[in-house]
Amino acid sequence: MAEYQNFFTRVQVRAPIYAGTPLTGGVWQRQGKGSFSHFLGRLGDAQLGPIYLGTLGVMSLFCGFIAFEIVGLNMLASVNWSPIQLLRQLPWLALEPPAPGNGLHLPPLNEGGWWLLAGLFMTLSVLLWWARMYRRARALGMGTHVAWAFASAIWLMLVLGIIRPVLMGSFGEGVPFGIFPHLDWTAAFSIRYGNLFYCPFHMLSIAFLYGSALLFAMHGATILAVSRYGGDRELEQIADRGTAAERAALFWRWTMGFNATIESIHRWAWWFAVLCPLVGGIGILLSGTVVDNWYLWSVKHGVAPAYPHVFPAVTDPSTLPGASR
Amino acid sequence: MNARIGLSLAMTLGAAWLLAGCERTPVDVVQRGYRGLAMGEVYNPRTEAVVAAANQAPAAVSPEPGSEGPLATSAYKNVQVLNDLSVAQFTRLMLAMTQWVAPPGQTCNYCHSTDLSSDENYRKVVARQMLRMVRHINSDWKDHVGATGVTCYTCHRGQDLPANIWYIDPGPAHASAMAGNKAGQNAPAESVGLTSLPNDPFTPFLDAQPANIRIQALTPLPEGNRSSIKQAEWTYGLMIHMSKSLGVNCTYCHNSRAFEMWDQSTPQRATAWYGIRMVRDANTSYLAPLASTLPADRKGPLGDVAKINCATCHQGVYKPLYGVSMLKDYPELGGQP
Repeated sequence: MAEYQNFFTRVQVRAPIYAGTPLTGGVWQRQGKGSFSHFLGRLGDAQLGPIYLGTLGVMSLFCGFIAFEIVGLNMLASVNWSPIQLLRQLPWLALEPPAPGNGLHLPPLNEGGWWLLAGLFMTLSVLLWWARMYRRARALGMGTHVAWAFASAIWLMLVLGIIRPVLMGSFGEGVPFGIFPHLDWTAAFSIRYGNLFYCPFHMLSIAFLYGSALLFAMHGATILAVSRYGGDRELEQIADRGTAAERAALFWRWTMGFNATIESIHRWAWWFAVLCPLVGGIGILLSGTVVDNWYLWSVKHGVAPAYPHVFPAVTDPSTLPGASR
Repeated sequence: MNARIGLSLAMTLGAAWLLAGCERTPVDVVQRGYRGLAMGEVYNPRTEAVVAAANQAPAAVSPEPGSEGPLATSAYKNVQVLNDLSVAQFTRLMLAMTQWVAPPGQTCNYCHSTDLSSDENYRKVVARQMLRMVRHINSDWKDHVGATGVTCYTCHRGQDLPANIWYIDPGPAHASAMAGNKAGQNAPAESVGLTSLPNDPFTPFLDAQPANIRIQALTPLPEGNRSSIKQAEWTYGLMIHMSKSLGVNCTYCHNSRAFEMWDQSTPQRATAWYGIRMVRDANTSYLAPLASTLPADRKGPLGDVAKINCATCHQGVYKPLYGVSMLKDYPELGGQP
């Protein structure tokens, strides 16, 4: 009897390696012959490969490689080509966008030009990968839901990297490529625009982010809990509701009065995940272009409460008579 | 089985390695602002004990002698700054300065030639300028130093060079014109608390021609504030320096929900505002003019003189020496500049 109350998948189906339906036309074939891995089987399907790269995949990997190299070699150059220092300082290193004074002019390579090139190739790589997901889904006769969910993340990336900087009139508004630097940039962004927590689109984005995690946990737990009745055969349960679907539905109706269906829970999850970067991108796009201080905007619209004063009144010293600078 | 033991061992060591940089709990939290605003100071009693031990004010060398008796100018030649002191006050202060500033094992001749009045030794000329600066700070920057005031010891702590001074950052020595431009940031720099923020927030904010620190808009909608996110990073770097120098959190001065709002800030923010101006004044009016006096080995890589920042006096404490006034024992350092 298969058990599902376990950290890892206990059931490994081993069939002859299946490469998919034969490919007709096109230059590219699937790469590799496929193999089995027990450890991969604990996490997912035990069959590894073959993979279909195709023209779009190869072009995407090529562009991604160029972007990776531009960022990596600039980081290496910034520590005087020392591989040890690259490893030690890697979390701090970054490829920085141009100085703010540069505006939308094309800067010299070492003054932001590399950043623009890395961004260009990263964008090409991601867009090509998107097209590949779309094409592979169509080739399998699937819907294109995965591609459109991916497009939502690409929207946020493009807003941060190019759309908002162009609207602001300065490539210097873009995000540095680096681990700590992009986090410090994020904090500086929030400080500059008067606390992003007061941006309603940021609030929505957080709600969808946490909501996605909650829905994922609820759905995963529900299906695992009814898999002993065949609940993991979700597609069958959508059209032909069996005891698994009935028990799962009853469980949620008993505990919270309302339940999703086996089909609708996937729409809930898809929309929550898609809306997270979608509304987040709107919040970023509005910062600086339409709203300059989210805290004051929230005060203006009655969102941010006032708290009692516990300190003596403080006056900005620069407004006092005789203040220097 | 051996593989399983090895795996557990590796995971334990990995977890220990990841946690090695963390401070041991518990920490003390002192609430300062209204509840719910997270305006609290966090102190680790173990690290605080180390800082406290290193920031104790020394006792006065002898009781304050008073200004009775003949003036120092009647006994000594070439007294330019302390010419309002009695001989007793003057010699006592000289003795104190030897303890405060001359390196261990050094005495009067660290600054003075055999002819005590000679300006031959550059250190004596620097000391005279520093006395002017101390008197200026104590009489004209009360908005920052209050009645507590400063003495030589506030910065020097028994060393000829204070522990926390800064020079203009020359940038990486190996800077290439081709690639790897760090734009003045992205190195684990002590000056900004090991963040990746701009390494040298002092040159733009604490020297001549100070840049604008205030990057936030004071209107909900855009009305002409063109400050960029990169400028915000420079301000952020300066603020991290101030936080580290004083051993306090952002919320010591600010309500972090709205950093820019003065009506929600603590009174310490105004004190800090004057402090920034005081540091600029000391750097430009008293330290920069020493450029022609100081020898090359006392200057930075770009030939600039040593300058001060918040850490020079504060040394990790919210008030230097925990607010103990050494000026009270040496009121002559509060005279006219």
